[in-house]
Amino acid sequence: MVDLSSVSALLNSQIGTLIVADWLSWFFIVSGSFFALVGALGLVRLPDVFSRMHGAGMVDTLGIMMILVGLMFQTSEPIQVLKLVLILVFVIFTSPTSTFALARAAIHGGVNPGPSMEELKEIEKSKAEAKPSNT
Amino acid sequence: MSLSMFEPSMFDVGAIAVLLAMALSMVRALIGPTVFDRILAINITGTLTVVLISVYGFLDGRPDFLDIALLYALINFIGTIAVSKYVKFQGLGHPLGGSDEGDV
Repeated sequence: MVDLSSVSALLNSQIGTLIVADWLSWFFIVSGSFFALVGALGLVRLPDVFSRMHGAGMVDTLGIMMILVGLMFQTSEPIQVLKLVLILVFVIFTSPTSTFALARAAIHGGVNPGPSMEELKEIEKSKAEAKPSNT
Repeated sequence: MSLSMFEPSMFDVGAIAVLLAMALSMVRALIGPTVFDRILAINITGTLTVVLISVYGFLDGRPDFLDIALLYALINFIGTIAVSKYVKFQGLGHPLGGSDEGDV
């Protein structure tokens, strides 16, 4: 069992100009902001729906979770930490579920996910056969 | 207060980054060639809104906003599932045929 008062004393001890909890918050919020921005950039720049879901997953997991963990160090009331944990758990469970449903709907709706491994091998084979005849 | 005196707090940094990410995903929602791009972008915008509400609560000194954020997360998930099911099956009830009955 972790002694809560020693944890709280550790979080409130001073390092440099800020206390430990503030350093942790800065670290988590700045890295979460970075990942959210990179994921949103991927959402704009990646070529098709399925690769854009990768950028969306980056926003959902690293971006949002790190910002919420960073907020947890800034409150002293346990009920608010519990609410943040609930939001976090909910995002953990719903983000893959909605991405899965959306991917199934996209396959069903006729979006081309690109060639499969077998088709890629066929393409390679036909290229290798076509080359000697051209030269 | 002049701009050079402005020292951003950690909540300012988070809120600005989340707003920029929301603007980028709204760009994808506007230009997205298929309907699935738009659903994905709106889903991400909603998830970022949850974080924005939480960060704004802390920024304003009123962390009670977390209740609203929790509710928004729930509604956002239901909305995404409902819209993808509607687009896939042309309806929210059971699919008309095939083996996908009861599927999301």
